[in-house]
Amino acid sequence: MHMPLEDTLGLNLLAANQHQAEHNREHFDSWRLLCLNMMSSPGAGKTSLLECSLAQLSNEFAMAVLEGDMTTQLDAERLEAVGVPVVPITTGRACHLDAAMVSGGLKLLRQRLDPASLDLLWVENVGNLVCPAEFEVGEHKKVALLSVTEGDDKPLKYPVMFREADCVLITKIDLLPYLPVDVDRIEDHIRQVNPRCSVIRISASSGVGLDSWHAWLRATHAAQCPSPGLATAQPLPSHPTLVNA
Amino acid sequence: MHEVDMTKCLLLSLQEWKQQHQPQVPSVEVVHLQVGDFTCVEPDALVFTWGALVSGTWLAGSELRIERTPLLARCLPCGASYSPRSEQAYRSPCCDHPMEDILSGRELRIRSIEYSLPEQGSSPPAAGSVSPGTPQARELMAGARA
Repeated sequence: MHMPLEDTLGLNLLAANQHQAEHNREHFDSWRLLCLNMMSSPGAGKTSLLECSLAQLSNEFAMAVLEGDMTTQLDAERLEAVGVPVVPITTGRACHLDAAMVSGGLKLLRQRLDPASLDLLWVENVGNLVCPAEFEVGEHKKVALLSVTEGDDKPLKYPVMFREADCVLITKIDLLPYLPVDVDRIEDHIRQVNPRCSVIRISASSGVGLDSWHAWLRATHAAQCPSPGLATAQPLPSHPTLVNA
Repeated sequence: MHEVDMTKCLLLSLQEWKQQHQPQVPSVEVVHLQVGDFTCVEPDALVFTWGALVSGTWLAGSELRIERTPLLARCLPCGASYSPRSEQAYRSPCCDHPMEDILSGRELRIRSIEYSLPEQGSSPPAAGSVSPGTPQARELMAGARA
């Protein structure tokens, strides 16, 4: 005889991933580092931006990169050349990183260095505007990149990604003179789906906007990992400051 | 198709739930999901991959039923709720305001599970269900998306 039963759970469909993500974040917090999840479509400029930011900030922050790619280690090799520790995570068929993959990457990273010596851990996600939006990896902040060549409709076509982002970088703005695209319209569409995120216009090639982006990074790092001696450190603002290049 | 990874994650979450009933193996009839329209999940693809992935497992023969929840937002200036549409860039039709507070549409939730337990010898049948108020359920709900 069987008893018919029903359990009311209210459990997240992705609870298993979320538990691992929370576990990762506990590690990041104990190491007192800021973890950023960098997401965009393929070719929006994540790796080029990282090359610039790693080079320009290496005197200021101790950094490492977990580099997600579906098949190759080309991006990891590019970033290694800057002189920052990079752990490649080849996802194979999967079109996003999940918390377990990042946990595996952390194990490899720990074989090379003590993560507590780091200030900043970058997770470069697989190029994709859909799946990474739903799979947390334990990051403190999500950064989405959108290049001007992708068109102004993308925030409306892939709204979940732009809604979830804490900071959206509009990239390749040095190309604007050659494109029939209205960058104000791109920014407006981002703000329609996510009025609370920071939006920064940048170009990794010309360097325009990198100061604003790095200012956002410093402020975010200071809020996430306040210096032990600074009892009067400012708490995280409930609404991120809007930054314009 | 990331619904395969989503379904695998769902199976892991259900595996955690199954542990509560050890050593018994619950016979699951229906898993009820709530999937919001403002997520990256295609319900039909979830049902398709469910059928493929549960065959030959303890969940074989079970059914996945998905209730979709519409995207609803609240217009901040006037407080009215509205259905954001991509054609209007998700703005509120009343005040032309950006989409601030989402009231529904982001759900990715295992709402409930219909199942039965094989009766064990002379011990009373495992009656009762986990209600949202029990410590066990609270622990599970802590993982739910707000």
